[in-house]
Amino acid sequence: MTLGLPLPHDSAPLHVTGQARYVDDVPLPAGALHLAFGLSTRAHAEITALDLTPVRAAPGVIAVFSAADFPDMPDTSPSVHDEPFLATGTVHYVGQAIFLVVAETHLQARKAARLATITYTDLPALLTVEEALAANSRFEQGPILWTRGDMAAIAQAHTIVEGEFEVGGQEHFYLEGQVAAAIPQEDGMHILSSTQHPTEIQHKVAHALHLPMAAVRVEMRRMGGGFGGKESQGNALAVACALAAHATGKPCKMRYDRDDDMVITGKRHDIKIRYKAGADATGKLVAVDFTHLVRCGWSQDLSLAVADRAMLHADNCYWIPNIRIESHRLKTNTCSATAYRGFGGPQGIIGIERVIDHLAHTLGLDPVEIMQRNLYAPMGATPQTTPYGMEIEDSITDKILPRLLETSDYHARKAAIDVFNAGSPILKKGIAVTPVKFGISFTLTWLNQAGALVHVYQDGSVHLNHGGTEMGQGLNQKVAQVTAQVFGLDAGQIKITAADTGKVPNTSATAASSGSDLNGKAAENAAITIRDRIAAFIGEKHQVPPETVRFKDGQIRVGGESYDFARVVNWAYQARISLSSTGFYATPKINWDRIKGQGRPFLYFAYGAAVTEVVIDTLAGENRILRADILHDTGTSLNTALDIGQIEGAYVQGAGWLTTEELVWDTKGRLTTHAPSTYKIPAITDRPPVFNVTLWTDPNREDTVGKSKAVGEPPFNLGISALMALSHAVSACGAAYPALNAPATAERVLLAVGRVRDV
Amino acid sequence: MACLVPFNQATPDPFPPHRGAALVKKTAAGQIMAQVAFLLNGTPVHLADVDPTQTLLDYVRETAGLKGTKEGCNEGDCGACTVMVTDAGGAKALNACILFLPQLHGKAVRTVEGLTGPAGEPHPVQTAMIAHHGSQCGFCTPGFVVSMATANLNGDTDHDTTLAGNLCRCTGYAPIIRAAEAAEAAAIPAWLQTDADFTLAQISSEGSGEAEGLPGEGGSGGASSPPGSGATVSYSPTNSDDLADWYLKHPDATLIAGATDVGLWVTKNLRHLSPVAFLSGITDLQHIEHQGGQLHIGAGVTIETLRKAVTVSHPSFAELLRRYASTQVRNAATIGGNIANGSPIGDGPPALIAMGATLHLRRGDDIRALALENFFLDYRKQDRQPGEFVVGVSIPAAVPALRCYKISKRFDQDISAVCGCFNITVTAETVVDGKVVPGKVTAARIAFGGMAGIPKRAASVEAALVGQDWTLDTIRAALPAFATDFQPLSDMRASSTYRLLTAQNLLTRYFHDLAGTPVNVLEVQP
Repeated sequence: MTLGLPLPHDSAPLHVTGQARYVDDVPLPAGALHLAFGLSTRAHAEITALDLTPVRAAPGVIAVFSAADFPDMPDTSPSVHDEPFLATGTVHYVGQAIFLVVAETHLQARKAARLATITYTDLPALLTVEEALAANSRFEQGPILWTRGDMAAIAQAHTIVEGEFEVGGQEHFYLEGQVAAAIPQEDGMHILSSTQHPTEIQHKVAHALHLPMAAVRVEMRRMGGGFGGKESQGNALAVACALAAHATGKPCKMRYDRDDDMVITGKRHDIKIRYKAGADATGKLVAVDFTHLVRCGWSQDLSLAVADRAMLHADNCYWIPNIRIESHRLKTNTCSATAYRGFGGPQGIIGIERVIDHLAHTLGLDPVEIMQRNLYAPMGATPQTTPYGMEIEDSITDKILPRLLETSDYHARKAAIDVFNAGSPILKKGIAVTPVKFGISFTLTWLNQAGALVHVYQDGSVHLNHGGTEMGQGLNQKVAQVTAQVFGLDAGQIKITAADTGKVPNTSATAASSGSDLNGKAAENAAITIRDRIAAFIGEKHQVPPETVRFKDGQIRVGGESYDFARVVNWAYQARISLSSTGFYATPKINWDRIKGQGRPFLYFAYGAAVTEVVIDTLAGENRILRADILHDTGTSLNTALDIGQIEGAYVQGAGWLTTEELVWDTKGRLTTHAPSTYKIPAITDRPPVFNVTLWTDPNREDTVGKSKAVGEPPFNLGISALMALSHAVSACGAAYPALNAPATAERVLLAVGRVRDV
Repeated sequence: MACLVPFNQATPDPFPPHRGAALVKKTAAGQIMAQVAFLLNGTPVHLADVDPTQTLLDYVRETAGLKGTKEGCNEGDCGACTVMVTDAGGAKALNACILFLPQLHGKAVRTVEGLTGPAGEPHPVQTAMIAHHGSQCGFCTPGFVVSMATANLNGDTDHDTTLAGNLCRCTGYAPIIRAAEAAEAAAIPAWLQTDADFTLAQISSEGSGEAEGLPGEGGSGGASSPPGSGATVSYSPTNSDDLADWYLKHPDATLIAGATDVGLWVTKNLRHLSPVAFLSGITDLQHIEHQGGQLHIGAGVTIETLRKAVTVSHPSFAELLRRYASTQVRNAATIGGNIANGSPIGDGPPALIAMGATLHLRRGDDIRALALENFFLDYRKQDRQPGEFVVGVSIPAAVPALRCYKISKRFDQDISAVCGCFNITVTAETVVDGKVVPGKVTAARIAFGGMAGIPKRAASVEAALVGQDWTLDTIRAALPAFATDFQPLSDMRASSTYRLLTAQNLLTRYFHDLAGTPVNVLEVQP
């Protein structure tokens, strides 16, 4: 058995010795050139003059390109062609690329990029959601609105809570910044890109070079982290390299310096959520009304799907009879917000969790009581439907939540916290639980497909390729385990190779947690095709039906005999049996009408819950996590070690989003937190000192690869429990509801303490 | 290197010129640094005509072709470029992205590639990181592994401290800590134990003669012209007398101690610096001496050395220094650099001012001392003459009432929004007729970072406290004085309102802290 084993990441021995190659580590042919963008320093302005003479005169500069060089400006948008590669007359945010420097070294390119004289005429800049809303600056014609039931019911509710809160964006802070390289070929372009979406890179490069996609090959061995930030944000670098390589005939490489990376590229959408919710005296939800104000930035990018997913997760684990969700996708003069782990889902879930926290405070109930009173009907019972009309057939929150409350000793700890708080004038503790239900599948239905290519060589070695990309999640190892399982081999016998558009075409982004679901199935199908050919061949030799041939422990057992896998493979080769196959998978059952907000966008849901305990200081607002307990649903795990790694990492990243990670823009639209010196992702001491992660491994009821469930994004949402625990701690300071905004920095916690005490 | 030694000589000044001292030879000044020699993964490296502001990271990646060391941020904040550097003071983890090549002269450097044994044997921390699933995307991993190997070499098992300067975005750190704990007792691999024996003489004897006249050795020198216009003129003195002479002649020079700030002038601001002087070879400024109830701390003492030296004598100061950036930065940054830099948000000066520190400056052969708070005149403006440099700072040997509170968005490796340091002397409370009579405030030194353009004393607040009963009522009455002393800015770290309110609250915290009430979230256990 290979499937399910807690094998280490396949590249771990390379990682720890520094031998793992990332794009910037790959030796390029001699004479390679290096690129940097000259950036807009204005949020919204017309460029009235652009003097590039000093840039061209700078040491090492080979070429400089600006809009003037492109009568037909290439586009780098992943969606609606609204991102000119270089600004054409008007700049729309601070950090937009205006010109491209090609120089002999990276440092020369960076230095030269600062030497342009740019004259601007400022235009009014919309920086906040309020400004954009007032100016009706948005994507799509108006807000998207989904309603179910009768919102008038809210007036009859026993208790109504109302509020508005802010949830900040989030910088991906992949440790490896954006990077690409282009190596000109005799009849096309070879691209190396740190991207979650090689096919998108191929598409954009082909478009820019006026080449057919077949003439562009994109290779991606591994990323140093992605988190959604390399789904579309690598396009500009790859296009820049391709254009420069095409113009100079030299290999070209571009990597953003960290500060440039943070200024140029998109981040998680920040959101302002307005809510009004009614419940009966027991906390049973009567009606909930949400308005999402989503700050999308200057271009559309993936914002519509992100905002959709926020709406799709506004219910989280709860059946809400009457619900209205209004979503505004606002266009602002800031960097274009993009995919980030959860893809809007966390922004949706946090809204209803806030409502429950608020209701619990008002009703004097434990939030857990309200949660349990409103859970979707459990798996096996008559399904209830989501606000978008999908039946929830697999709800297991009714099992996960009580189990976690028990294993984490939630109720006893909560009582102990009350005692602690009563005796502690300065420091206050808090505890909270957050259950999660997260929908799995791309909501853009056609993306739910994947391909794979498996070769078995005549010596029995196996070469695996698939459309997914490795960004640290261990996708390649999981898919190798799936493939090995089919052949009865060890995962170590499967040769993992770089994602390559020349091997597997038309790939979807490795995103939406879909990597192993889609590519695992595709690789499994490819391997099964080859296995069946081998079984047919050897079965015939032994005069037994092929289905009786067994592939196990590196052996092929047939009609009482047992042979080495390699031996049979060599026989099959000599018998002229094809030992190579593609595999394909398309997710079944799904259909979705995003405008109506109706259908089955997801094949299934992944569930989980977390209990977090925190302590705050009421004088400075300092706060920290003391303990986190997680029970998370992975279905039948393909690799328990990798799954635990995803959950631990996602939780800390989610908690970081809501605590220390604050993005600050100044009044001129300049991001002032553009480096790790000012933007604070969790450091090692920010992890929960007590951190218990347990997997819920009941098999997926849907026919997924190995009956597993996707794990990339769902546990990110568990970090919401940290914010709710802070809310609980603040509420120990007085009577009023803390109404804590996120990220709950020390400053916001202190503000909330003040609000609570003032009443 | 730096250590606590009794100060035996009877001299009124702790940082006198050494001229005439038998042990110190005067060396030629005005030398142009053209060569650097160090050991890289066990192999001697000679570099001639090196750009003195080239970083070690660029060198190992672009010139030496060692791609294991990663660039994550290029400003010393993420630790992906961590390397191990060994000199007479031992092995240290440092950020290669803000280390200039001349700073490595005479030292032994190990990158992640050099942790593996000669026959490819993995280092125990590498094995542990694999076994405990400590890598996901792998990009931060080489930096973590080097930090862990350095800690292993030094027998340091305080992993939270040794790894606070390594950011990981994938794992949530749990498996990394498990790996660090699993490897902490592992024997130090033999191949890592030879770096400590490295001397420049080895390069000279093994070398081809190119090494002659290498800087950094006593008595070396010899000026030459920089190769080509625009090149950086650099100087690496080995004692403070030489620096004093050279700096008088080059008062416009940039003095580089740890390069943890100057490094960013080069990597981020893309500035061309010339002339520059590298101070890390000035051993006579790297001592901490205890004399007459004072600790005299040489300007070249690193923050990490200082932290360890004051752990027992000044525990609150030591805890503040533990949260001063990261291990990698503290291993490079010096107390002199921290002061001379004049940043309003440096964490050293508020604590030092609260302790009543005396600063020692030198210009040529003239030494003067002044109260540290008087050194900071205005934003980025100090009472420092052209050609004058910081030689040291003196603090009382014990300051029992000192409490330092660093408030930042993140506990580790973050710059303070507010750094408040309190040193208030209160007479003992008494019981009269069965009633507790509070003590009286007899002296107060309160200083803040992040509250003004300079590290600044809270003079009005102090005045409102001195002579009063040490009670919450007194504190309440003193709070309005904060607005007299400070009109803080709003920036990305905190708003003006928060800064002022928190500064006030920290005085209240201090009161409770002295009374033994728990006030620190870091001390709360789950």
